[in-house]
Amino acid sequence: MRPIFQTDYGQDIRLFRHSGYLWSYGVLLLLVLLAPFVIGSYLQSQIVFVFIYAIVGVGLLILAGFAGQVSLGHAAFLAIGAYTAGYMQRHGVPFLVYLPLSVVLTGAVGALVGFPALRLAGIYLVIATIAFGFIMEEVAARWESVTNGNDGMRIKQIELFGFTLSRDGYSFYYLCLGFLVLVLILALNLLRSPTGRAFIAIRDSETAAQSIGVNLSVYKVMAFSISAAMTGLAGCLYAHKMSFISPEMFTLLLSLEFVIVILIGGVGSLHGAVLGSIFVVMVDPFLSYLKDDLPRVIGEMARSFGVANPGALQDTLSAIGGAAGLKGAIYGLIIIVFIIFEPYGLYGRWLKIRLYFELFPLYKKATFRRQKTYVKSERYR
Amino acid sequence: MLDFIQQLVGGIALGCVYGLIALGFVLIYKATEVVNFAQGDLMMLGGFFAYGFIDQLGFNYWIGFLCAVIAMAAFGSLVERVIVRPILGYPQFSIVMVTIGLGFALRAIVGMIWGTDDLRIDTPFSSGVMHVGKLVIAHDKLSVIVATVLLCGVLWLYFNKTRMGIAMQATSQNMLGAYYMGIPVKRVFSLIWAISAAVAGFAGVLLAPIAFIHTNIGFLGLKAFPAAVLGGFGSIPGALVGGLVIGVAETLSGFYLPEGFKDVAAYILLLVVLMVRPAGLFGLNLRKKV
Repeated sequence: MRPIFQTDYGQDIRLFRHSGYLWSYGVLLLLVLLAPFVIGSYLQSQIVFVFIYAIVGVGLLILAGFAGQVSLGHAAFLAIGAYTAGYMQRHGVPFLVYLPLSVVLTGAVGALVGFPALRLAGIYLVIATIAFGFIMEEVAARWESVTNGNDGMRIKQIELFGFTLSRDGYSFYYLCLGFLVLVLILALNLLRSPTGRAFIAIRDSETAAQSIGVNLSVYKVMAFSISAAMTGLAGCLYAHKMSFISPEMFTLLLSLEFVIVILIGGVGSLHGAVLGSIFVVMVDPFLSYLKDDLPRVIGEMARSFGVANPGALQDTLSAIGGAAGLKGAIYGLIIIVFIIFEPYGLYGRWLKIRLYFELFPLYKKATFRRQKTYVKSERYR
Repeated sequence: MLDFIQQLVGGIALGCVYGLIALGFVLIYKATEVVNFAQGDLMMLGGFFAYGFIDQLGFNYWIGFLCAVIAMAAFGSLVERVIVRPILGYPQFSIVMVTIGLGFALRAIVGMIWGTDDLRIDTPFSSGVMHVGKLVIAHDKLSVIVATVLLCGVLWLYFNKTRMGIAMQATSQNMLGAYYMGIPVKRVFSLIWAISAAVAGFAGVLLAPIAFIHTNIGFLGLKAFPAAVLGGFGSIPGALVGGLVIGVAETLSGFYLPEGFKDVAAYILLLVVLMVRPAGLFGLNLRKKV
């Protein structure tokens, strides 16, 4: 642990608290930059999804984690970004124009959603955003002149300065990485500015925020708009990555996934958005891997330990693994277990591990023990 | 005109279905301020329990019905004990996510046990219609309407007239305060989850003749949720009224409006109502005074 001696406010809000941070993030960035040359194309493609989910995660984190307005309608914003890109591309608009356009348009829609959301709180806001998501899904399916309805829409590859960016190539990987880093820096800068502090004040107490002069309506609409704009950016990239979009891709389930991203990652920090999206994107291939390979591995182990009839054991395990819906069950259980045992998410776990090594022989479990809490009605806000 | 009334009756029946599921949401919220997103999946589980008792074990319909409701009550208190109690006191949204996870898991596990085919059970209401003048009402729908209204009445009386009901309301407003007043808060929690799961089981069994028993029937909960919110979360008559409004709106818009409005009518109506009354029709909008 390095003691930090601060002499002015500027040091308190520095992006990197000391040079150690600069080093560790620099090494991480270098690793991510070199990764595509080492890993296979499948893993590279998954990492691109991690980048895209992380952009949405950062957007949702600003809204839900910092401004305290939970939204279960972010798949709709993603859809708006994706469809704007698709529609513009079909009409021959270049990438450099329709990318900002989809960001701005989604941001504008986000502000429009923010206005009715001003009066709502808690569970009423959640249901209102769910309703918005459903309505947008239906609009995407019915507004055939723009969205091509349920037939879906093909997205061509990105054309940039005469080059074609293949959706599986290195260049698209770096494009997504670049946007993620940009969004992260933007979010960090936002959160250390007065705007970010106003968001946090609103989350902690609307009444208190209002009494110290935070204009609730302005900041809530702003949070919605910024969050939606980031999601719109992710939507544009998502459309190109998928190369085909249709209304049934942007359902409540996707919105749920985004919320799971920030919950599993840890709601309090931007690290959480990235860690959570690694988890959400990777859990599916990981479960497939378990399903396909684990029975064989266990069978081999049983054989080497001399268990009677290892073949039957292996077959039983394969049958269990092959049962339809096992993934859903495991997914659900992971969510439950995570929230019960690690309410601060993956980032919370990381903080504990780091503290353990920093204080090595002196680490006490009680540092993070939670206090007994009692529920108080949110109806009397 | 007859068309309109026939549609209206159909809408009321549908609305009662929503109302019945919404009751489950409202009960848990009213007593513990927890929103249970797995309500629809609990209902699905109730339907499958009934299938297990009636079709697979060969019980009489009414006995199977009773067994399914009791099994659901036991399951509800188990869920409360194992996964809800450890996270009480966390932000409300954590609990919402846990129940969403529970819904995922339930759907998958039930699918693994009973398969994903459409199942059905024979009930005394399965066939048969009632004629009122020129109107035709099917018995299965009638049974839902009657059961919903009766359950609403009983639960309303329970919450407003019995000691335990009032204790539940106190618990939801301030848990610590309720402890000080000698209310057995933990028992209140188990009890309300048991009651709510039992209501969900009730809905699942009654729905069996109308919709098939299928793992995806839990998604009806997504329509019932707007009903609960529309009525004002936490109001028992509100759940019934909200369900009726949404059921009627959905049926009528399916009949009179162009295709596509049927599925979103509930949500559009919900947004409009929330804009005018942010806490629903019967909700109390209380603000902290400083």
